[in-house]
Amino acid sequence: MKKITVSFTLNGDQVEAEVPSTWNLLRTLREYFEITGPKEGCGVGECGACTVLIDGKAVNSCIYPVAEVEGKTVTTIEGLAGEDGTLHPLQKAFLENNGVQCGFCTSGMIMSAKALLDENPDPDEDEIRTSLSGNLCRCTGYVQIVESVQKAAEMMKDKS
Amino acid sequence: MIDYEYLKPKDLEEVFSLLKSYGERAVLIAGGTDVMVNIRNKKLAPEALISLRGLEDLAYVKKGEDGYHIGALATHRMLETSSLVQSELSALYDGASQVGSVQIRNVATVGGNICNAAPSADTASPLLALDAVAVLRGPGGSRKVPLTEFFTGPSQTVRASDEVLVEFEIPSEMGQFGSAYHKHSRRKAMDLPILGVAVSLKIEGEIIRDARIALSVAAPTPMRAMEAEAYLKGKKLSDDVLIEAGKIAANEASPRDSLRGKAWYRKEMIETFVPRMAHKALERLKNR
Ligand SMILES: Cc1cc2nc3c(=O)[nH]c(=O)nc-3n(C[C@H](O)[C@H](O)[C@H](O)COP(=O)(O)OP(=O)(O)OC[C@H]3O[C@@H](n4cnc5c(N)ncnc54)[C@H](O)[C@@H]3O)c2cc1C
Ligand code: FES
Ligand code: FES
Repeated sequence: MKKITVSFTLNGDQVEAEVPSTWNLLRTLREYFEITGPKEGCGVGECGACTVLIDGKAVNSCIYPVAEVEGKTVTTIEGLAGEDGTLHPLQKAFLENNGVQCGFCTSGMIMSAKALLDENPDPDEDEIRTSLSGNLCRCTGYVQIVESVQKAAEMMKDKS
Repeated sequence: MIDYEYLKPKDLEEVFSLLKSYGERAVLIAGGTDVMVNIRNKKLAPEALISLRGLEDLAYVKKGEDGYHIGALATHRMLETSSLVQSELSALYDGASQVGSVQIRNVATVGGNICNAAPSADTASPLLALDAVAVLRGPGGSRKVPLTEFFTGPSQTVRASDEVLVEFEIPSEMGQFGSAYHKHSRRKAMDLPILGVAVSLKIEGEIIRDARIALSVAAPTPMRAMEAEAYLKGKKLSDDVLIEAGKIAANEASPRDSLRGKAWYRKEMIETFVPRMAHKALERLKNR
């Protein structure tokens, strides 16, 4: 088994991993770093449960070769809450507006929504739906998820 | 068991020397959205992946005196958010903005879409309708291949195993065309097209000066409907003329029956969408 060493920034910390060169980022996060927020639903880019941010952009970590994160900045759902445990407005909004049912899709949904709100703090419903079109949810029917993102956008605007 | 080396060359010279030493045992990887899925599905079992992501200077969209240049490493997201593509190469905007999801578009490249050569590739028809020329570079130098000659079959292209696609050139004249692409699919997102139709038109007063019509999933490779284009040239613009062009294009196509759609259905949809995309292209030209 051929191995590689990669170093990158993970949720604010400088980290290094020595893993098989065939591993994708998702497997590295889950099995090497025990960061289990990102989930494997399909493993082939279809469901979005594995969504993380790389240099601020939403990507499917299940088809992202780990070798390519060298020098980059990776953010997972674990990196959203404040040091003291204060939840990110998106996390709060999902909890308060029934954006979460079984929770399997949630970390991916929130990461896609985060990438959107960082780029566009005031998205309309269409823009929200487009940004979440690569994230499948089998429970909610999406309406509460879209509402959660709208509420989070409002909270974030009020703050700033 | 899957086991490969992951090689990260820093420039094209290094890519060529790795391709030379690994030969058939290596596969090039750009965004990896086709390659990683194919490895997982056991359609590919390379001994080495040669990453093109170090070639950051091949990720661009620009306009020069000699036309438009689109680097092979440009992501669909770059194309989708480029105001130049939106306004002057609108069909390509239509295609790129409908590939997969935001997550896919953030990493998947236009070069990968074309080299993967799926009959359903969403940037193929737009690029065909914009007269794109593929620039391939190998250890011996560069060659230019019009996209009309690039595809040789499903998943097959004229690219030699030691060549890298570096960019697409689009003649500056295409800036005077209006263009549009329709991806015909059952779902709005995350679905491959049952059919793709791209039309670009140049108009003077009421006269159609020039036209391009490109179709995907209408034949073993993305194709141009050149008889329909020839029919349109010099005609006075009217609904009847566009409807006739749609019929001619449908006759030129040779779609197959598949799970996604029957051949007769695809032909009817070509008849429907050629005129519609022509109207959309003209509308855009007017609003520019
Ligand atoms: C969930 C999902 C949804 C998708 N939806 C769509 C869709 O809606 N429409 C669509 O068209 N496609 C879709 N795709 C397919 C894929 O995303 C596109 O074809 C994409 O553009 C491929 O680009 P890439 O950079 O990821 O290619 P890679 O996977 O890196 O490469 C693809 C092929 O091209 C070769 N290659 C790449 N770059 C070069 C180069 N510069 N020179 C020579 N060879 C090269 C590679 O060796 C490989 O054979 C989807 C894929 C997934 C996983
Ligand atoms: S697990 Fe990555 S998209 Fe489904
Ligand atoms: S909450 Fe269950 S999949 Fe979305």
